[in-house]
Amino acid sequence: MFKIVEKIVLAPSLKLFKVLAPEIAARVQPGQFIILRINERGERIPLTVADFDRSRGLLTLIFQEVGRSTKDLGKMEVEDYILDLVGPLGRPSEIANLGRVICIGGGVGVAPVYPITRALKQAGNEVISIIGARSQDYLILTEEMQAVSDRIWIATDDGSAGEKGLVTDILLQFIENNKPIDLVIAIGPLPMMKAVAEATRPYQIKTLVSMNPIMVDGTGMCGACRVVIGEETKFACVDGPEFDGHLVDWNIAQMRARMFGKEEKMAMETCSCGGDGHCQNQK
Amino acid sequence: MPKSKVRPPRQPMPLQEAQERVKNFTEVSLGYTEEHAILEASRCLSCKKPLCVDGCPVEVDIPAFIKFIQEKNYSQAIAKIKEKNNLPGICGRVCPQESQCEKHCILGKKQQPVAIGRLERFLADETSGSGQQSEQIPSSGKKVAIVGSGPSGLTAAADLALLGHKVTVMEALHTPGGVLVYGIPEFRLPKSIVQQEIDNIKELGVDIQTNTVVGKINTIDELLSGGYDAVFVGTGAGLPNFMNIPGENYNGVYSANEFLTRTNLMKGYLFPEYLTPIRIGRKVAVIGAGNVAMDSARTALRLGAAESTIVYRRTEKEMPARDEEIEHAREEGVQIRILTSPVEIIGDENGWVKSLVCQKYELGEPDESGRRRPVVIPGSEYEMEMDTVIMAIGQGPNPLVSQTTPDLAVNRHGNIIAEEATGKTNKTGVFAGGDIVTGAATVIQAMGAGKKAARAIHEYLMR
Ligand SMILES: Cc1cc2nc3c(=O)[nH]c(=O)nc-3n(C[C@H](O)[C@H](O)[C@H](O)COP(=O)(O)OP(=O)(O)OC[C@H]3O[C@@H](n4cnc5c(N)ncnc54)[C@H](O)[C@@H]3O)c2cc1C
Ligand SMILES: Cc1cc2nc3c(=O)[nH]c(=O)nc-3n(C[C@H](O)[C@H](O)[C@H](O)COP(=O)(O)OP(=O)(O)OC[C@H]3O[C@@H](n4cnc5c(N)ncnc54)[C@H](O)[C@@H]3O)c2cc1C
Ligand code: SF4
Ligand code: SF4
Ligand code: FES
Repeated sequence: MFKIVEKIVLAPSLKLFKVLAPEIAARVQPGQFIILRINERGERIPLTVADFDRSRGLLTLIFQEVGRSTKDLGKMEVEDYILDLVGPLGRPSEIANLGRVICIGGGVGVAPVYPITRALKQAGNEVISIIGARSQDYLILTEEMQAVSDRIWIATDDGSAGEKGLVTDILLQFIENNKPIDLVIAIGPLPMMKAVAEATRPYQIKTLVSMNPIMVDGTGMCGACRVVIGEETKFACVDGPEFDGHLVDWNIAQMRARMFGKEEKMAMETCSCGGDGHCQNQK
Repeated sequence: MPKSKVRPPRQPMPLQEAQERVKNFTEVSLGYTEEHAILEASRCLSCKKPLCVDGCPVEVDIPAFIKFIQEKNYSQAIAKIKEKNNLPGICGRVCPQESQCEKHCILGKKQQPVAIGRLERFLADETSGSGQQSEQIPSSGKKVAIVGSGPSGLTAAADLALLGHKVTVMEALHTPGGVLVYGIPEFRLPKSIVQQEIDNIKELGVDIQTNTVVGKINTIDELLSGGYDAVFVGTGAGLPNFMNIPGENYNGVYSANEFLTRTNLMKGYLFPEYLTPIRIGRKVAVIGAGNVAMDSARTALRLGAAESTIVYRRTEKEMPARDEEIEHAREEGVQIRILTSPVEIIGDENGWVKSLVCQKYELGEPDESGRRRPVVIPGSEYEMEMDTVIMAIGQGPNPLVSQTTPDLAVNRHGNIIAEEATGKTNKTGVFAGGDIVTGAATVIQAMGAGKKAARAIHEYLMR
């Protein structure tokens, strides 16, 4: 059992939990994730470790409520216990001093990109961050990102904060106007990561993305998380989640993300008692 | 007891009716009544040199336990089995008896062999698997880590605990049991039985830590330097194989592991009460013909598929599944296409499986193993409409442990190299057994490996 010790509502349907998990906190590296299960009937939900406090044994998880399971999670409160939590899973990001790197986070993707950005900064890189969101209300970790970046740019769809436009607009300005870029790392929704990879491809700038396919076990046992990387099928949970964005088969990734669309809707609708699903949440 | 000349026939196993059982996930075989069991036990000749025992990988003293059944002394009978086998309720249900103990039974020469597995199951159910010695075991002061809670790990854990060692089992998933909980379906092996057997092992003082992926949260070397005197690796063969044919990543193509894990471990068959979804189409093809394939094909019917078809490259004779499973699958309406293998999966405009293109084979010349090799019939491709395809063509070893233990020797397939008689690896203090060593095999073989390793670990610790 894993206790929730802090809960912050960051934005509409975007929540931050700090969870007590000392063994994992002692071990986790930027780029890794955990899988949790709220209760006996729950799904196994993969979430990136957005931050960790080794001395207090805490993991920070930031998640967007997109469906039934993440909504159920969002209803949990401080002092509640999560039944199962396993990790750290996946390969850590490779952190090295490469020169100048651009770290891009879109939406909730800012959460996983934050610890990587911090590690790249600590490794001595010149770090330029670009964060994007639908509007000002959905921006997260801006101050934290600022603290670990040499420069930070913000893009919102509606222009309510930073530049109006997409993260790729800012990225392209950089590429066209500036000195060489040694690495781009982009984490966010699939269409955003794809757009970033397409933007850097003509310039042959190494671009890493973090894939989040549907997962079950997270240990390489089920193959649900398969992604196609340069003709080869890989399991994102053990071979990734980070891959070379120029080698990812984005069409297959987008197609596989839609696998359970119908069931996801059904899980949201199962209860019609009018209690907004609270009845199902009683323990 | 005077032996009557007319021996009763082998007692049939009471079953749920096929038409009924394809609609539910409760157990297919209902188990012997006491009356069946006594009659069946009376068939055993109590051979002086029991051939049946040679066929059992853990050498259960079969005539002795059957003798106790004849005397209705069930607690002694189960104790006799437990001397060799900690998981009788499971083995009685899933051992391929026809190629193990029962294959060698002397009665099998002229008539049907004694139904050893069914009797074993009867006893386990009758006594809830108890009968373990319960006196206080003196502690050896030694600590052993067991990686993986499948049958090999659980068996090694139980035996080591009985020898007085402090045992901790580390399991990656949230529930212990390995394939017994995530792979083999409820209708063949009820999870309550597995739970019961695991509880019995916990009662011996074994600590089971779930949600613990060795190789991620810690390494074998850290276990050895962090207070464990020996480690047993029983991580199984959990890496699903795919065929590498075009279209394998369409939605609706599952590995059998994913399909069965969603259904069994995550209870997807109770969706949406349980929240893990499983999508099943109208027409399901399962590639392969082992136990894993039969379980997938029968699960598909229970989830509501209209048609479920096994597609297999060789012929019925070569099918590796237990005879009983093939028979039950047929009774339930699973169709079997032999000498057929897929070459491509076709998807629709939304990325869902639409059809399966297969090629036909015929039997050619015998190969080195004496089996006639299937050869492709040129131009025999044809398309079958399908909306779900399940790949059940075998599993390889999971590399998480070996990747993080570079000095542990593995073969070219990635299986850990270990001595058959002892489970010893090339690394001091590290033993291994079960599917991670042999490749996908059977529950009882994995248990046998766990037993041998426990004995060798004990010797190593007490040297
Ligand atoms: C390695 C990894 C790390 C992740 N880290 C984070 C994180 O830090 N924060 C966060 O908010 N989310 C993260 N996700 C995504 C998160 O796991 C899913 O949003 C969640 O499982 C959806 O569950 P649900 O039942 O609420 O939604 P569902 O009802 O299952 O789905 C709702 C919508 O989400 C999509 N979806 C379903 N599963 C996933 C998935 N695994 N990834 C992406 N989209 C999905 C569906 O296509 C659907 O449109 C991560 C996923 C992976 C694989
Ligand atoms: C669907 C199916 C049906 C089958 N039917 C039969 C049958 O009818 N009869 C029969 O005799 N055999 C059957 N088998 C085969 C039998 O189940 C296996 O041979 C047996 O379970 C192997 O046991 P094991 O202990 O080696 O490993 P497993 O049972 O595979 O258990 C290994 C365990 O280790 C865990 N693990 C893996 N890596 C790590 C790690 N790094 N850290 C921690 N834990 C880890 C896994 O999660 C798993 O729980 C079947 C197999 C399948 C898949
Ligand atoms: S353990 Fe399996 S092989 Fe051995 S006697 Fe029992 S059923 Fe037969
Ligand atoms: S070989 Fe058959 S008859 Fe003889 S002891 Fe074994 S089970 Fe009984
Ligand atoms: S989630 Fe099962 S193999 Fe990756």
